[in-house]
Amino acid sequence: MLMYIIPSMIMFGCGIYGFITRKNMIAILISLELMLNAVDINFAVFNRFLFPGQMEGMFFSLFAIGLAAAETALAIAIVINVYRAARNVDIRQLTKMKF
Amino acid sequence: MELSYTVAVLIIPVFMFLFLGIVGVKLSKKTAGILGTLAMGVTTVIAYAAAFTYFFGTEQGQVIDGVRQQLTVLDLTWLEFTKNLVIKIGVLLDPISAMMLIVISTVSFMVHIYSLGYMDGERGFQRYYAFLSLFTFSMLGLVLATNIFQMYIFWELVGVSSYLLIGFYYTLPAAVSASKKAFIVTRFADLGFLVGILILSFYTDTFDFISLTSDPQAAISTAGGATFLGCSVMTWALTLIFMGGAGKSAMFPLHIWLPDAMEGPTPVSALIHAATMVVAGVYLVARLFPIYAVDVTALEIITVVGAFTALYAAAVACVQSDIKRVLAFSTISQIAFMITSLGVASPELHHGVGYMASMFHLFTHAMFKALLFLCAGAIIHAVHSNEMSAMGGLRKYMPICHIAFLIGCLAIAGIPPFAGFFSKDEILVAAYAKSPIWGVWLSVVAGMTAFYMFRLYYKIFWWNNPDYGHHTPHEAPMTMTFPLIFLGLVSIVAGFIPFGEFVTSNREVYEIHLDWTVAGTSIAIAVVGIALATVMYRKENNLPEQLANRFRGLWTAAYHRFYMDELYQFITHKIIFARISKPIAWFDRRIIDGTMDLLANVTNSASFAVRRMQSGSVQTYVWFYLVGAVAVAVITIICLI
Repeated sequence: MLMYIIPSMIMFGCGIYGFITRKNMIAILISLELMLNAVDINFAVFNRFLFPGQMEGMFFSLFAIGLAAAETALAIAIVINVYRAARNVDIRQLTKMKF
Repeated sequence: MELSYTVAVLIIPVFMFLFLGIVGVKLSKKTAGILGTLAMGVTTVIAYAAAFTYFFGTEQGQVIDGVRQQLTVLDLTWLEFTKNLVIKIGVLLDPISAMMLIVISTVSFMVHIYSLGYMDGERGFQRYYAFLSLFTFSMLGLVLATNIFQMYIFWELVGVSSYLLIGFYYTLPAAVSASKKAFIVTRFADLGFLVGILILSFYTDTFDFISLTSDPQAAISTAGGATFLGCSVMTWALTLIFMGGAGKSAMFPLHIWLPDAMEGPTPVSALIHAATMVVAGVYLVARLFPIYAVDVTALEIITVVGAFTALYAAAVACVQSDIKRVLAFSTISQIAFMITSLGVASPELHHGVGYMASMFHLFTHAMFKALLFLCAGAIIHAVHSNEMSAMGGLRKYMPICHIAFLIGCLAIAGIPPFAGFFSKDEILVAAYAKSPIWGVWLSVVAGMTAFYMFRLYYKIFWWNNPDYGHHTPHEAPMTMTFPLIFLGLVSIVAGFIPFGEFVTSNREVYEIHLDWTVAGTSIAIAVVGIALATVMYRKENNLPEQLANRFRGLWTAAYHRFYMDELYQFITHKIIFARISKPIAWFDRRIIDGTMDLLANVTNSASFAVRRMQSGSVQTYVWFYLVGAVAVAVITIICLI
């Protein structure tokens, strides 16, 4: 089980790191996907090893994958619109929404 | 029920009100006025039909053993709160409501016709007719009410329509403040009325007039001798109800709104503030009279209030210079006569003659006072002023108006065979039967009535011949003279109606007969009053001036209405506003609002202080979140270990 958990934790850590440090919004989106996938792995692994007779975890990860696809489509749409409006996808330049 | 068509007298005016109120501005002024008048004509015909069928119909059940029955021709349940608290709405026909149907519809119809001429070309002509319809609807609803709650609703509606019509010339500040004054004073009185209704119905478990009045002794005894501040609760209830009536009927000390209400158009004064609405208080007491008759204390209060008001208003009327104010105070005085008459009525004395006399006087007074007001309107229309000083010698210019006014004056002074003589004579009989003190008191007031009415008459039509210049007064148009002629004729003949056969305190039919000792005295007193007025005011002279100087103090006090308005001003402004309202306002603004303001200000400054955290850089937010999440996780783990 540890064999699966450790890569997933590494993936999640990478996701967080990327989310905070990347400037490009697309890269941030990729980091986000990385975190989601890490969580999906966790679901599947815990289901497989802790509750072998049941399927909830598996289905939940399937569900999360579907949701992630939809969310990505939405996020890409937002990024494209932001680009159209600001000619820029650098998250550090886009600080208009503040006090 | 055969008479159920009576409900049409309510439906037609309310429909006309809505119609003229909504689409009136689209119509031309003439169409709106004629439509309103026609609708009122139809209403009058129906009201007459209902009243005559009630009085003369031969149908079974209307008169049983010489007693006229009360017919509930329509009875709908409107609101049913609990088993006992049911509010009904309906139409009650009995002698007084049938009589009031005639009074209201006649005067209202005459005023509708008269207004076609008087209000011609006024701004808001359609609105005026809409309000007249609203008033007619509410007043008819008031008199036809089957229960005290329905009466209260219509009571407020007449108050509103009176307010609207007094303030008709809403660009004049005087009219606006007069309408507010009328509304506030009568509302204040209605507070008493409402409390009275609640007490009465709490103890008797009913709002219904018929069940309240059919067995008054039982109604009184259900209160079970409960007392409050030394009086039984029934006395309180009845006195508070009378307070509502006193407010509407302008009894002292709640009379202050009526003279100011003369700021409204003169036909409105004739309809509302002379003939119909102001007698609502008399009608209310008459409606509940069987209960009042059992409660001696309440009746005594009514008598004292009425008698004092009669004298007070008559004294003020003797020195006023505005002709509408003279008529207003004369109205107060005459209504006080009716109230006193109800107060001195008791079933043992001459079949409760005071009750019959009061209703009789209400009827005749409505006719001749409406006549006098409409004449005053024609005069004001001709000379464009309310002041006596602008008038004089008008008999040559306005012959019809002169004759009509003279008839009105003779009627109110109590000269036979005019209407006022008969009804006033009955009131005096009732007063003498109760106690000679009240009899003499009212006789003196009757003499003053004759004096001030003829003072008014001579000042308008004789006195001097001022130079009217190029603007010579002329007779009013036909629409205005017709109501004068009609009401003048009614004022001559109305006294011969054998009222005892129609309206009596226990609804028993009986013959009335003149008591010639009382009648003779009252004629003599009236003649003395008229003679005095003739000596003083027929020709221009300085006798009135000399007398005014001789009794300067009294004259000034009466001219200023014995400073009642100033007293009210002092009480409301100096005491209530300054001593009570101001501290309450301070408490409200500083303490209550202040607490809320403090909360808002604290929140505001706190958020202002931390607003820099909203930097707009998304990744900083993620940092905050991450640190927070890790911190929560660490704390949780520490706690678990």
